[in-house]
Amino acid sequence: MSRLSLLLCVALTAVLVLAVLLGETPLSAAQMMQALNQPSSPPGEVLWSIRAPRAATAAVVGAGLGLAGAAMQGLLRNPLADPGVLGVSASSGLGAALVIAFGLAATPGAIEAAALGGALVAGLLVVGLAARFREPETLILFGVSLSAFAGALTALVFNLSPSPVSTTEVLAWLLGSAANRDWADVARTIGPMAVGAGLCAYAGRGLVMLTLGEETAAMSGLPMARLRTAAVAGAALLSGAAVAAAGVIGFVGLAAPHLVRRGVGDDPQAALAPSAVAGALLLTAADLAARMMPTEQELKLGVVTALFGAPLFALVAWRAARSWRT
Amino acid sequence: MSAVWELSDVTARQGARVVLSHASLVLEAGEILGVLGPNGAGKTTLLRGGLGLLPLQGGEARLQGRAVGDLSEGQRARLVGYLPQERRVGWNLSAARIASLGAPHLSPANAMQVGRESLARVGLEGFEARGVLDMSGGERARVLLARLLATGAPLLVADEPAAGLDPDAQLLTLELLRAEAERGAAVAVTLHDLTLAARACDRLVVLHEGRIASQGPPEQALTPQVLSEVFKLDGSLIDTPAGLTLSARRLARQG
Repeated sequence: MSRLSLLLCVALTAVLVLAVLLGETPLSAAQMMQALNQPSSPPGEVLWSIRAPRAATAAVVGAGLGLAGAAMQGLLRNPLADPGVLGVSASSGLGAALVIAFGLAATPGAIEAAALGGALVAGLLVVGLAARFREPETLILFGVSLSAFAGALTALVFNLSPSPVSTTEVLAWLLGSAANRDWADVARTIGPMAVGAGLCAYAGRGLVMLTLGEETAAMSGLPMARLRTAAVAGAALLSGAAVAAAGVIGFVGLAAPHLVRRGVGDDPQAALAPSAVAGALLLTAADLAARMMPTEQELKLGVVTALFGAPLFALVAWRAARSWRT
Repeated sequence: MSAVWELSDVTARQGARVVLSHASLVLEAGEILGVLGPNGAGKTTLLRGGLGLLPLQGGEARLQGRAVGDLSEGQRARLVGYLPQERRVGWNLSAARIASLGAPHLSPANAMQVGRESLARVGLEGFEARGVLDMSGGERARVLLARLLATGAPLLVADEPAAGLDPDAQLLTLELLRAEAERGAAVAVTLHDLTLAARACDRLVVLHEGRIASQGPPEQALTPQVLSEVFKLDGSLIDTPAGLTLSARRLARQG
């Protein structure tokens, strides 16, 4: 493991520990000991059934977004790409919005299934397009239009929604949150995430070769068609599962690869694993911040990531621009 | 000697336009073939079509006797190393890492070793850890050439490897390709500098509007008639102490 990954893992562990120990309900030292020794005691419930699964959800979703972002930036050779660039996140959000608007939100797992379904439909479409059009610019343009279309349909759901209640619900869900998740939610997310991560890892060597352009990659002897499909499908699965688990959360997928890029010598393959850890770190920290902020109503996770992410990202861009090259 | 690369009666289109028409050529081990022609004559299309990067509308391309279309990606990569004209590099990878990408079939450590050796051959010893995007255009072109050399393939195809390089780097590039030919590789290069082509290549193919206008040793391929009809130049190749040299001026436009 590289020093960078080690550092990120240590930081992630520290934030996870903090996320379990800190919370709205202050626990005394004695209660804390009880919670650690007896997980089924009331303080134990707070720690292991409320805080821990929430932190785990944030970590898993953050890891998925970070990895998907790194895979997309590698595939499209574009530092501005993020998991949403191909329109998968927006389509996933549309799936969830439809379920909520039709009043099915109470059905367990319905929102998650619809979000994942939306991601899969968009993912298949994008995989098909990626097989046909190789130029990154073309893919990005398709992604932008798919994203806009899904966004327009989501707005249409708001527009035609008969009750303001469901509109509020959809909006609340779209803003993203890791609150009130249990271990079953985490378990449901890990399956598709693991498959997505496997696909991205498989695609890694293809991403490095694409650094030299489509033609060199095509002549390199690597099975580029398969590797490209794996990258797109993997990123779609990761971002779809992320949206299904916690709503639409921006900036993590964009910023995580940038945090690690310098440490891995700009290598798109080597950036994959550290980007996942960095994403987990960012989102867990953001969720902890959302919980700890003394606001009347808890801030939504997507709001926090955008609020802190945007200036942070501008700072990263500023630093990168100083050594900008053509 | 057997043909390493053979195009027979190859025709290719770009959209509705025929950009390469009934082109045939044979390239054997140990020789350097220069592919010449004005911009848009079909040089890149010839290379890409011949390597299976572009569908052919007619004719056939063979690598060591086997139709290009029948080869798997892995088989083709073992037979050909290709250096495209496009030199854009997506990420700021180190020079050694870029060069090592010429040998993706090797283990990472071995590929890096091969990459470092190739960098030394192109005169970039000590630049191994430097990011390619932090280099000058000429240095980057040499790193990409090192990646081509790292393939060690029996056929090396380079599209304008000398473009944008200073005279010394142009000569170094063709010297390195000559060394590859001497180890037994077949080499095909597109060039715009006719003097450089005449001196560095064993044979030349001159393309004009998608057709092969002439083909053969430099003196035979670049006759005054070809220079005039294809390149719109009034002049000829002359033998000087430094080698064949183009002495020509722009043909006055008529009408």
